[in-house]
Amino acid sequence: MLLIHCPYCEMERPEVEFKYGGQAHLVREPQKATDEEWTDFLYFRDNTRGLHAERWRHAVGCGRFFNCLRDTVSDKIAATYKAGEPRPSSP
Amino acid sequence: MKFSAVSLARQALSGHKDWPAQWRSPEPKRYYDAIIVGAGGHGLATAYYMAKEHGIANVAVLEKGWLGGGNTGRNTTIIRSNYLWEASEGIYGHAHKLWPGLSQELNYNVMFSPRGVMLLAHNHHDEQAFRRHIHANRLAGIPNEWLTPEQARDFCPILNIDANIRYPVRGAALQRTGGTARHDAVAWGYARGASARGVDIIQNCEVKAILRDASGAVTGVETTKGEIATRKIGVVAAGNTSVVMAMAGLRMPLESFPLQALVSEPLKPVMPCVVMSNAVHAYMSQSDKGELVIGAGTDGYVSYSQTGGPHIAVSTLEAICEMFPITSRLKMLRNWGGIVDTTPDRSPILSKTPVAGLYVNCGWGTGGFKATPGSGHVFAHLLATGEPNEIAAPFALDRFRSGNLVNEATAAAVAH
Ligand SMILES: Cc1cc2nc3c(=O)[nH]c(=O)nc-3n(C[C@H](O)[C@H](O)[C@H](O)COP(=O)(O)OP(=O)(O)OC[C@H]3O[C@@H](n4cnc5c(N)ncnc54)[C@H](O)[C@@H]3O)c2cc1C
Ligand SMILES: [Zn+2]
Repeated sequence: MLLIHCPYCEMERPEVEFKYGGQAHLVREPQKATDEEWTDFLYFRDNTRGLHAERWRHAVGCGRFFNCLRDTVSDKIAATYKAGEPRPSSP
Repeated sequence: MKFSAVSLARQALSGHKDWPAQWRSPEPKRYYDAIIVGAGGHGLATAYYMAKEHGIANVAVLEKGWLGGGNTGRNTTIIRSNYLWEASEGIYGHAHKLWPGLSQELNYNVMFSPRGVMLLAHNHHDEQAFRRHIHANRLAGIPNEWLTPEQARDFCPILNIDANIRYPVRGAALQRTGGTARHDAVAWGYARGASARGVDIIQNCEVKAILRDASGAVTGVETTKGEIATRKIGVVAAGNTSVVMAMAGLRMPLESFPLQALVSEPLKPVMPCVVMSNAVHAYMSQSDKGELVIGAGTDGYVSYSQTGGPHIAVSTLEAICEMFPITSRLKMLRNWGGIVDTTPDRSPILSKTPVAGLYVNCGWGTGGFKATPGSGHVFAHLLATGEPNEIAAPFALDRFRSGNLVNEATAAAVAH
């Protein structure tokens, strides 16, 4: 089970308190998007093998969304950071 | 060499020490007419049917580990075809028709055992969804029938149908023709058959790059065993598909999640069928060795770790103990994970791609073992002719743009 640091609660809590929210930093712009961009936004994902930026929600804690950098091979978390903050440069 | 009573008797005389290797293990040639990436059941079946039905035997199957060591060798082997949509009934139904004859076809015992697959309904929604499936399946000529809780218990006597438990059984959908097969034997049987027809199966050979010419068309692959030229590549890499496709600059509508399973210590025969519960993510059958084979749910995040969190397996076991009280003191022997490639509509992708010469067979997610013969069969056609046949056509990549999804996700959410 993952141990995840919530950047709002500033606490490390077990994975069962959280809900995974998919790839982070996807931009949703339905008005501007072409068909290709919209298809990409809806369905296509990086599915990175390695360091992956992803959303999590502290579902049974503060309830807020935040982002997380995790290595998808070792499952080790490199960093968590608040929604809206840029992806940290790789450690 | 053909397996028969005579060959068995002859080998018995020499103490079974003279059985030949079942497939060749050659060094890669410099050029192949087609290269399959991934020696799981689907990749091996593809190569087998290319050689057998399309006369294309100058084919290599490249495998980064050992053949059948991916999801093929990690799955709980449930076989059924009672999916909701016509396109799904097409591909899973096609596979289901090939299973009964597969041992004969391959001269290899794949231990197909159509002992019946029963899907439990625990709530009103399950009941409505399953009845809808039953009607849809009957229209398509796919067997599926409704059982009352008592009939379900008669079909599987260890099932607890007490009305006052956490996951009460309100009924079940039964496909009597569903069942299980021996996963390793499926991979080995196709490997042996393909190798005998001239296909080179090359293990411990990881594809590291896809090579292309100025027009963008594929010209070969770079591997841990050197460069190999080809004009046709079929990627059949399950959980690692996104990684391989990225080598040709393509992004895929896939996410890779861990999916776990367990086996118990062996018991005398207690379970005559397969029981599935999508609502609690518990899937159980008994192997011929007597172990209870138990499938759990997926972990909630993208991962390539081939493990998963213990809480996932625990919640499945809690449900299993309640549904089958006889198991409550049973020891589990092993727990493992595979990496499943899931699509947004929970249906597979059998498709050409925007890169000339590059084809992909993936997205089978949590439930592709059952489709192995059918998937290999139609993908061989696609690779050989460059065009999908009518069974494969609905599973093109392009459906995510056109909106013609084959949405099995709404109906069942999981599809073991
Ligand atoms: C725990 C679990 C339970 C399941 N239960 C069921 C079930 O009950 N019923 C059912 O129908 N399905 C089930 N499934 C799903 C089923 O196992 C898969 O859909 C199916 O086996 C996929 O077969 P495949 O040949 O496509 O993939 P795999 O067997 O995974 O083969 C892909 C191969 O590609 C290789 N590869 C990857 N990258 C490279 C590279 N770069 N170079 C060379 N080789 C590469 C891998 O090493 C692997 O051997 C289950 C899966 C799991 C994990
Ligand atoms: Zn929090």
